[in-house]
Amino acid sequence: MVSRSRTERLVNLVICLLSTRRFLTAAQIAATVPGYEHDPRDARQHEAFQRKFERDKAELRDLGVPLETGTTSVFDTEQGYRIAHREYALPEVRLEPDEAAAVGIAARLWQHAGLAAAASSGLAKLRAAGIDVDPAATVGLEPLVTVDPAFGPLTAAARARQAVTFAHRVPSGDAPTRRRLQPWGVVCWRGRWYVVGHDLDREATRCFRLSRIVGPVRPTGGPAAFPRPEVDLLSHVRRWSGAPERSGQARVWARAGRAAGVRRWAAASAPGTEGDVLELRYGDVDSFAGYLAGFGADVRVLEPPELREAVIGRLKEIVAEGAA
Amino acid sequence: MNTSADRLSRLLNLVPYLLARPGITLGEASGDLGVSERQLREDLELLWVCGLPGYGPGDLIDMVLDGDRVTITYDAGIDRPLRLTADEALALVVALRMLAETPGVADRDAIERALAKIESAAGDLAGAPVAVSLPGNADRVAGIRAAVERGRALELTYYTASRDATTRRVVDPLRVFVAAGRPYLEAWCRRAEAVRLFRVDRIDAFAALGEPAAPPPQAAPADLAGGVFRASTDLPLVTLRVGRAGRWITEYYPCERVTDHGDEWEVALRVTDLAWARRLVLGHGPHVRVVAPEELRAAVAGEAAAALQAYGSPDPAG
Repeated sequence: MVSRSRTERLVNLVICLLSTRRFLTAAQIAATVPGYEHDPRDARQHEAFQRKFERDKAELRDLGVPLETGTTSVFDTEQGYRIAHREYALPEVRLEPDEAAAVGIAARLWQHAGLAAAASSGLAKLRAAGIDVDPAATVGLEPLVTVDPAFGPLTAAARARQAVTFAHRVPSGDAPTRRRLQPWGVVCWRGRWYVVGHDLDREATRCFRLSRIVGPVRPTGGPAAFPRPEVDLLSHVRRWSGAPERSGQARVWARAGRAAGVRRWAAASAPGTEGDVLELRYGDVDSFAGYLAGFGADVRVLEPPELREAVIGRLKEIVAEGAA
Repeated sequence: MNTSADRLSRLLNLVPYLLARPGITLGEASGDLGVSERQLREDLELLWVCGLPGYGPGDLIDMVLDGDRVTITYDAGIDRPLRLTADEALALVVALRMLAETPGVADRDAIERALAKIESAAGDLAGAPVAVSLPGNADRVAGIRAAVERGRALELTYYTASRDATTRRVVDPLRVFVAAGRPYLEAWCRRAEAVRLFRVDRIDAFAALGEPAAPPPQAAPADLAGGVFRASTDLPLVTLRVGRAGRWITEYYPCERVTDHGDEWEVALRVTDLAWARRLVLGHGPHVRVVAPEELRAAVAGEAAAALQAYGSPDPAG
């Protein structure tokens, strides 16, 4: 009458363990839950049951079912199992319609298959908690969220406070270097992902771009190995990758009708001979010189001399290279 | 996830889902749960024979099927969904933080309230070790988004970096989105007669026109799964030799091929415009040399010589 499918056995196992206050031993479970029937005196049958039961427990734990083990009284010699309803159940969540819509939108942002699946199964649980999600809601614009492969292992390690090791390659270097890091957290800054933490070899706070991590991220040592400091992760990344302040001021001539890219940044513009004289602010002399040199003869730096010399120096190197 | 674990989690969810919605139709429930109606019926049949030890009539999960409406009358103790796993909490919390941080997003207040509630429901798992910041011109994005929502055609003053030109054009907006932290307007461009992506930070000015946006039927938003910039093979291929200091090009621009030659790397990339490649190479000084095409190599050398010569003559008057 009852089909002994695996899913059915597992649903019955969950219901049985949720309903019991006492810890039930494997033998008691076998005698109760349909699908585990066997003759415990037959060694082969008993072994098959034990394998089946181990697999089932592993599957429940993988799903996040909080399987408790313990004994009900000091006279019990064998470990038993139960599920505490309080640990099992999603706590009460009440979302207003606009909040539910936001969660629904957030759940479909992931372009990464694994996280997309996690987001939609999370959303399914919220729906099961009675929350109605309008699938057509929008917030006008939506970010497409992508992550690097190192995202999963690094967030897991940061949460577990477990050190990790990985190979890291910067473009200017030739070979990747192996780093050991106590990860504090992962940061998305201007669309790129970074991990911030304590570098165990450099003995200092370091920040690594996830896209520069080559190969797998492996945990090393046990969990809860370090305290997570109360730091603003974002400010670390901002400091590390931020552009210098635009404190320099330059006067630049731009040929009439050319160098639109430079003109866009001009704080002021005045007509001059065959073009305009622009006032520009800049941060780093060298990188600004490179940007301006890109416009060739359409742009000429008038002031300051150090910027002018930097551009001329670059042009000379290119000309020399061409002559070589 | 394997299908057996999938099905188990679906079944454990199904009872509280139906419990919260007495009398829901099978059609609505299956649409909501993303399964076929037939699969939903099979799930219900399976649940019908599950229940409390004893497995007698009063112990099994019970429900009333009235036509195509279903009502759970006995839940056997699975009255709540399972709590969120670490991965589920992370995926929802980080996505909500992304949404809340997106410049120019509508309903930021609702997003933040939702985030607080999800974090509280996730309990210990809520402390997702992930921080998000997507700086951008929120006012500009919000303005464009609002114009798009009103369904107006827009006139844009747009800087095209590949041609180093600022132009005016009328577009019929399709959508606004943010990819890799950068906001874009996707629209039918009446001048190009094609769907184009406009980086919001390069829209120097915009004005909503009196006429409604009317993109032609063939104007469909692009599939962005493979990234925003996908170089087409009919664009010119440029081959460069880059020194150590120029290697960041490979991180910044999609490259078709990168070969390691010791200190120098040989990099091949597609460019929309050779003049853009000329600016790129000139801007790098000696760290980047042109291998091909010859036309580009000559343009770089000629432009550098001309610019240098100009610096040797008197400055143009200011």
